[in-house]
Amino acid sequence: MILQKSGDILLDVRGLSVEFASPRGAVRVIDKLSFDLRAGETLCIAGESGSGKSVTALSLMGLLPKPGGRITEGSAHFLGRDLLTQGEREMSRLRGNEISMIFQEPMTSLNPVLRVGTQLTEGLVRHLGLSQSEARARALQALDAVRISEPQRRLTQYPHELSGGMRQRVMIAMAMAARPKILIADEPTTALDVTIQAQILELMATLQRETGTAIIMITHDMGVVAEIADRVVVMKKGEAVERGTTAEIFAHQHHPYTRALLAAVPTFSQGAAAPMAPDLTAAKPLIDVTDLTVRFDVKGGFLQRVQQRVHAVEKINFKVMPSETLALVGESGCGKSTTGRALMHLVPSVGEIRIEGEAALGQSWGRKSTAELKAIRRRVQMIFQDPLASLDPRMSVGDLVIEPLIIHNIGTPQQRREKAAELFRRVGLTPEQLSRFPHEFSGGQRQRICIARALALNPKVIVADECVSALDVSIQAQILALMQELQDELGLAYLFISHDMAVVERISHRVAVMSMGQIVETGPTRAVLGNPQHPYTQKLLAAVPIPDPARRHAEDWQRNRQRIEGEVPSPFQSVDFTPSYVTYRDLGGGHLVAA
Amino acid sequence: MAGYLLRRIFQAFLTLIGVSLITFLILFMLPADPARQVAGRTASAEQVEQVRHQLGLDLPLWQQYGRYLGKLTTGDLGRSYVQRSQVSDLVTSRLPATLWLMATAILFELLIGLTIGAVAAFKRNSLLDQSIMIGAFVFVSAPQFLLGYTLLYVFAVWLGWFPIGGYGSLSQVVLPALTLGLLGGGWYARMMRSSVIEVLRQDFVRTARAKGLSRLRVIFVHIVPNAILPIIAMVGIDIGIFMSGIVVVESVFGWPGIGQLTWQAIQQIDIPIIMGVTLVSACAIVLGNLLADLAAPLIDPRIRLK
Repeated sequence: MILQKSGDILLDVRGLSVEFASPRGAVRVIDKLSFDLRAGETLCIAGESGSGKSVTALSLMGLLPKPGGRITEGSAHFLGRDLLTQGEREMSRLRGNEISMIFQEPMTSLNPVLRVGTQLTEGLVRHLGLSQSEARARALQALDAVRISEPQRRLTQYPHELSGGMRQRVMIAMAMAARPKILIADEPTTALDVTIQAQILELMATLQRETGTAIIMITHDMGVVAEIADRVVVMKKGEAVERGTTAEIFAHQHHPYTRALLAAVPTFSQGAAAPMAPDLTAAKPLIDVTDLTVRFDVKGGFLQRVQQRVHAVEKINFKVMPSETLALVGESGCGKSTTGRALMHLVPSVGEIRIEGEAALGQSWGRKSTAELKAIRRRVQMIFQDPLASLDPRMSVGDLVIEPLIIHNIGTPQQRREKAAELFRRVGLTPEQLSRFPHEFSGGQRQRICIARALALNPKVIVADECVSALDVSIQAQILALMQELQDELGLAYLFISHDMAVVERISHRVAVMSMGQIVETGPTRAVLGNPQHPYTQKLLAAVPIPDPARRHAEDWQRNRQRIEGEVPSPFQSVDFTPSYVTYRDLGGGHLVAA
Repeated sequence: MAGYLLRRIFQAFLTLIGVSLITFLILFMLPADPARQVAGRTASAEQVEQVRHQLGLDLPLWQQYGRYLGKLTTGDLGRSYVQRSQVSDLVTSRLPATLWLMATAILFELLIGLTIGAVAAFKRNSLLDQSIMIGAFVFVSAPQFLLGYTLLYVFAVWLGWFPIGGYGSLSQVVLPALTLGLLGGGWYARMMRSSVIEVLRQDFVRTARAKGLSRLRVIFVHIVPNAILPIIAMVGIDIGIFMSGIVVVESVFGWPGIGQLTWQAIQQIDIPIIMGVTLVSACAIVLGNLLADLAAPLIDPRIRLK
């Protein structure tokens, strides 16, 4: 075994080019990419979607999809061998042994039918020639190292019994168990809640200090880059456009793309950058929600009796003014999306929802007629996270935008076409594009189409459920700007549902922080983000990665000042559960916090 | 678990009552007269009426059905009109042969279907894959008697490897079981192929490869168990289709099982036998589905029987 000193070059990638077969011939997705990785460091490969960063990782692992992907030139020297010319047999000896990899989706990256223990030990048995019991002991150590609770029990559990954060810990334990020299992490925290992301990033930094494993971190999130990278390679369309130490890259960028990328990153500044909240008493609220409650029964057993109940939303109250944005924030399962859906009457709810002063909701879902629902949906429209999934692939985008007008029987065909053209111009597209199909557009353009469709009925309220979360930061900034323009022009009220604090700060006038179906803190964005009072809000904000390498959280975390711990709370409760309702303390200026 | 079984048995009971009612109605709507069939062609009108009275065929339909159900609770499937013996005796004497054929045939079809389906998936879009899929399509679409006679001609008459028919020795079961197995195998091959292709796209297969596991371990430990999950449920449903195939194949090969019994009974409009066999087949299908549902959680820990 060759021992590396910290700083020695461990992996030397030179002129890597990869092509993918497509119906229109080979497409070059990586073009003469070169970089090196030194022992003990964390190298971030940063870039937006389509930059080729994941393909780079798969090429190094010998895991390019076959047929389809092909390495056309280049070399990647590791321990005196060129990874790119090794056969499948040699590569399988290196993978999981000298070079390990973890992936973005912890929910689907583990085999559902095998116990966690089996999945942890099989690699050890193969690579290190350990016996079953030795491998098990080693697996237990690895689980201990990733600070998972009850490691012994985890070995006999199946993946579906673990939360997303725990599964990602298992993935890391699996990757680290054989003590690899290189760990490639492909967006390992993107699918996780921000508090879990903070825990995982801290864990990776700690493991690196303990083991000296070099990490290649692939990410689109400049906050994550600033948080953990020693050096950075910025990729754009298969080429490295900039490289340097993290401090250098954030201080001054040479390539305009890097500059644009960093400029587009919404920086989180503790509420200082938030728009001013309007006066709540000045006008009549557009949305007035009183004691809104949504519960779902989980049925099962012999007579389909209710076995558990999801307390998704519990007696929440909020108002939204014309031209105002209220952000609902919180972790997965906190009830923020359900609140948005209840506003649209997509889920049955109890309580009162008044839109423009008109009661839209009596006591139950069943009493609403189709005509009443239509009347509600003419006022409230929704945009979703995944624009491609929310557009029917078999309809032209023009038909998609016109569809609400047809459903609501508004206008003649000629007028509808004119309306669609006008909406398209309004959202920054051209009327000529109306006859095309959703797959012909980029992600940002598709979200514009979704916005145009939502605007077709001239609604007063738009529920935006994570509507920029799936977009690259540069596109994100454009969509947010468009939403603000439309708000100023049309007086729209937005209910903006998001987990991303930086985005929330940028667009929302007021914030409501949700946890376990209730609002635990609410008020003007500046007040809540600048002076968070509830422990949950504080924990949430402390976990936000800041795109500034000078202000790393990891150091805070290591000094145990603000250690972020614990799982995301689950809204599943037993049938006889009675929720206890929060009472609020008024801090003035509309800033309420659960006592 | 006990609750689950009780519920399933209760459901099975309702299913069987439904099956008996529907078969009963269909059989009595046939434009053929069982009394005339039993009495014989030369019988006079009075003799036919007498037979009709003896068999209780002159009673209103609901009374006949009630009598039938009443006897059923004591395990009495009635008497054959033609063969002058208890239907239950006829069925039980024939059942072992059919079960033997079924077991062998299911083994064949799973062996053939799952293997070539998986091979086709791993070599997808190759010449091998295309040949396998065309072959599977041919076997699925071929009429059972045609395939049966072809196998019989080639392997028994021409090559002389297997006996032409009969029941008893191991070599005699091969051709009828292969006939059924090839038909079902073609079907399973198509399912297994798409199932494996689906699993190959999953993230956990990429994880398994990223761990550097051997190719064989990735295939047999990670891919195959996940790929056969949707197929287990199909095996339960498949038994119904199987029963229809057995009627034809047993007649082609002179296999003395329930299928042959049914074939004869249909020709003679021997309603008690047809009713009895239908009910026994329905039991087999219900049981097959129950077994499939019980087997699924053994492989997939996410399924819990409640």
